[in-house]
Amino acid sequence: MTRLLRALAPVVLIALLLAAWEIACRALQVPLFFLPPPSAIVVAMAADWRELLQSAWSTLSMALIALLLASLISQALALAVSLSVTIERTVWPLAVVLQVTPVVAIAPLVVIWAGLDHADRAIMALATIVAFFPIFSGAVAGLKAADPDLERLFDLYGASPLQRLVKLRLPSAVPQLLEGHKVAAGLALIGAVVAEFVAGSGGAQGLAWRILEASHRMQTAKMFAAVVVLGLMGAGLNTALRALEKAGLRWWRGR
Amino acid sequence: MTTAALTDVEVDYPRGPALGPFGLALAAGEIVALVGPSGCGKSTAMRLLAGLEAPTRGEVSRTPGRGETAVVFQAPTLAPWRTARANAALPLELAGVDGSEARARADAALARVGLKGAEAARPAQLSGGMAMRVSLARALVTNPKLLLLDEPFAALDEITRRALADDILALWAETRPAIVFVTHNVEEAVYMASRVVVMSKGPGRTVGEVAVEGALPRAPGFRTTQAFRAQVEAVSALLVKGMAA
Repeated sequence: MTRLLRALAPVVLIALLLAAWEIACRALQVPLFFLPPPSAIVVAMAADWRELLQSAWSTLSMALIALLLASLISQALALAVSLSVTIERTVWPLAVVLQVTPVVAIAPLVVIWAGLDHADRAIMALATIVAFFPIFSGAVAGLKAADPDLERLFDLYGASPLQRLVKLRLPSAVPQLLEGHKVAAGLALIGAVVAEFVAGSGGAQGLAWRILEASHRMQTAKMFAAVVVLGLMGAGLNTALRALEKAGLRWWRGR
Repeated sequence: MTTAALTDVEVDYPRGPALGPFGLALAAGEIVALVGPSGCGKSTAMRLLAGLEAPTRGEVSRTPGRGETAVVFQAPTLAPWRTARANAALPLELAGVDGSEARARADAALARVGLKGAEAARPAQLSGGMAMRVSLARALVTNPKLLLLDEPFAALDEITRRALADDILALWAETRPAIVFVTHNVEEAVYMASRVVVMSKGPGRTVGEVAVEGALPRAPGFRTTQAFRAQVEAVSALLVKGMAA
């Protein structure tokens, strides 16, 4: 009973807030362009569902490709870094600078480099940059996280550097790699949306572009519709990656 | 014949001297217990014997080659992603032993420590005592001539410790490796060892040693004999002396 109540509580809260919103909009006769009631947003979503889904897929696929690219690049680099302290010291400051520089700030540059006709490339590159750091730092830390006594055991039995990497350090890094990918997936989506805003319309038709387009036309309900889809997509991606992480850990740990 | 010896070894760490001067000669097939207060350098002495560390001064000599020395740590130190079998097979795998042979020998080692049937279990599915047994099986899988046990019972409850102590003695009787084991527990030291070496507080030196009478493995009821009590008292007296030194 209490469990059911706990599960229902957030749903009830959202329903109450939506109802209050709807009533307030009608009672106060708020102009539609300023704040449309939830019912108008639902109508907008129903009317444009095809375009919205298409745009959602466009943004999501950008984010997923970026995640894949970031995963490959950051893990390869982390592996190189793990081979030598000198390489780590050389690369680390650069990685940190890349991480702390807001993506919006470098976006215009990347858009120029990708070519104004290839907004999708710019978006992918920017989302990749945003998703890079969590995987990279997770991988670097994970590769060092092996049990020191297990390391001693590998010394004792005269393991080769390759054996140590493959049989000890890579498998030891798995939990932190999973965590890094989970965080990176959320960031890739945010990165893709931010990049879409900066890149503008040039061929890309993601959700951010829908928001911009509707905003230029003062179609506020349409803007809300795109935001709602974006939120749902983010929540879905987050849930999927949490489940993946849990399954991955269960496989790694055997329970 | 001497299996391993530390001669006047001293180890200095950046934070200060950790061990010595300390000496220990280990005859083949002998079981020696190292007893001493925390921080006396027992674990350092073990790492010297294993060849995992070099002394700052003094000499270490060892006859067993690579793969003939095994270590069991305080914690089971198992790879969580490997099954019990794969954990036990690790030393063979690293030595390049063929896969099916390694698995067969790992299964045999697990059977020796009483874990037949648990070969496919992961460490997370095992109790603390069972995990420690897997760790022991991994040490035994190469048939070592020198077995180093660094407080192997520290994390176990009393019943499990006693059962494991008897099992280790029975396993020792099969192949008679030289064993050095570190413990804080005086009764355990007297029960398991043919010789108890008592170390002073750090940097550890030898305060004295007690040769334990009675055959190994122990006869049932050994813990209740007058001789056992007397030797526990003798070791305890040396420990007190070492703390004061």
